[in-house]
Amino acid sequence: MQKALKKYFPIFALPTLVAFIIAFVVPFCMGIYLSFCKFRTVTNAEFNGLANYAKAFANKDFLNALIFTVEFTVVAVITINVLSFLLALLLTKGIKGTNIFRTVFFMPNLIGGIVLGYIWQLIINGILLKVVGQDIYYNPSYGFWGLIILMNWQQIGYMMIIYVAGIQNVPPELIEAAKIDGATTWQTLKSVTIPMVMSSFTICLFLTLTNSFKLFDQNLALTAGLPARKTAMLALDIYNTFYGRTGWEGVGQAKAVVFFLIVAVISLTQLVVTRSKEVEN
Amino acid sequence: MAKKKKTANEIDTPQVSKAQGIIIGVFLAILSILFLAPIFIVLLNSFKSKLYISAEPFNFPDAKTFVGLSNYTDGAVKIGFFQSFGWSLFITVLSVGVIVLFTAMTAWVITRIKSKFTSMLYYFFVFAMIVPFQMVMFTMTFVANRLHLDNPVGIIIIYLGFGSGLSVFMFSGFVKAIPIAMEEAAMIDGCNPLQTFFNIVFPMLKPTAITVAILNAMWVWNDYLLPYLILGTENKTIPIAIQYLRGGYGSVDMGAMMAMLVLAIVPIIIFYLTCQKYIIKGVVAGAVKG
Repeated sequence: MQKALKKYFPIFALPTLVAFIIAFVVPFCMGIYLSFCKFRTVTNAEFNGLANYAKAFANKDFLNALIFTVEFTVVAVITINVLSFLLALLLTKGIKGTNIFRTVFFMPNLIGGIVLGYIWQLIINGILLKVVGQDIYYNPSYGFWGLIILMNWQQIGYMMIIYVAGIQNVPPELIEAAKIDGATTWQTLKSVTIPMVMSSFTICLFLTLTNSFKLFDQNLALTAGLPARKTAMLALDIYNTFYGRTGWEGVGQAKAVVFFLIVAVISLTQLVVTRSKEVEN
Repeated sequence: MAKKKKTANEIDTPQVSKAQGIIIGVFLAILSILFLAPIFIVLLNSFKSKLYISAEPFNFPDAKTFVGLSNYTDGAVKIGFFQSFGWSLFITVLSVGVIVLFTAMTAWVITRIKSKFTSMLYYFFVFAMIVPFQMVMFTMTFVANRLHLDNPVGIIIIYLGFGSGLSVFMFSGFVKAIPIAMEEAAMIDGCNPLQTFFNIVFPMLKPTAITVAILNAMWVWNDYLLPYLILGTENKTIPIAIQYLRGGYGSVDMGAMMAMLVLAIVPIIIFYLTCQKYIIKGVVAGAVKG
């Protein structure tokens, strides 16, 4: 079988491999190289060592974006996971209409980031104009909390469904045994349900972590970084550096490499954590 | 994790008293209304004159503010909505089809052929999964321009290349789990690898293929930055058209914006309600494996 397969290898793998090389391998390698170059277009690149990285880390917008992204990610991960877990608990109580609720809560997840951004811009501006007489561009903290609300609306239903699957896998005998032993609802939750759904927690934690950290479309549509780039997250700042500032393409690429390294560290941590969990089970 | 195991205790019979059940039910119903409210408010405003939207988004349209369908007709003409819908559909359907077919084929051979080369390829695909788009966006745009892939047909190749990481990874996971004996039997009976793949392997991969198709469809349909950089604003997809409404004209025409948001959401809701079962399953499976 190996021999026949090897003969047919090009037919099976070549279309994907060619596309993969064009759309990923070549751009990735060029990207790494260009982060050490000064260039306007790819063809007139000149090597200039670590100058781009030095410029990137001296750039106020980049540092501000880094802080904003980290703060946003922390708040979004906590709020989304707490709220979606609570919702999942309510949805596994056998209440009538559970399926309809599930359908409704999940729906925003399918709407694209650009559309989501403009939906919430209308609503948040409507409320802000009524209450404080200013719009979302006026104060960076409006943009921050606006993004948090938007992200919660989009992701709660998604995480909730993963938690529901986890909770449904807890053997009912365990819950019953705890009740017979006289455990209160809170004790049962803390000592039986939560430890049993740890794998769901890991999945949801990392999904919300990477989704929040890499956010772009929602950021672009809701605030576009306004006021004065104060609400631009890393992905948007990289975009602005590339396309908004001539002569800074190399710095944009250096920022992109740093961004990639942070995301890679998060993903590798996830891999290690998931692997160690699998061994335990 | 998560084998679908509905225990009688948790699903069919309530675990809580009747009074508690009613309280939870009412709470969830109110929450559902709050969840749907943003979409309803956008719908409401899509029938109002653009002058009355930003300041009073929560008022119902009345005799003074109601403009009928004119936001829809104006907006659709302004951004070429129906053309955009066509391009979005064209690019999404073809990209997803190409991704599912070719990455399944690739995953099968690189899993079944045991060599250093194939396992290296596998790790390249896994590596691609963790690279954010911003890392390659500038250089990818350059390569696409050079190779004349900067059009609605060429972008399908870009999507295949950039989307192959996750898809190959998911198919490989499933191929590892199916027994090799059937394939070997088919080959001994005289099937060549192509026949074996399409008659034996691909039908078994169907559940994974649905998951891969749904995950990629959601990505490609909603994607903004990649098609914007590759296609520009000449052949707009829906997200590009919506963003163009804000970028292309000094002050945003809020009426047109509301109407176009509604038109952008409606196909998604219809698709969701018709394929809900597969979508939720696919998204959960993708989350667990990815």
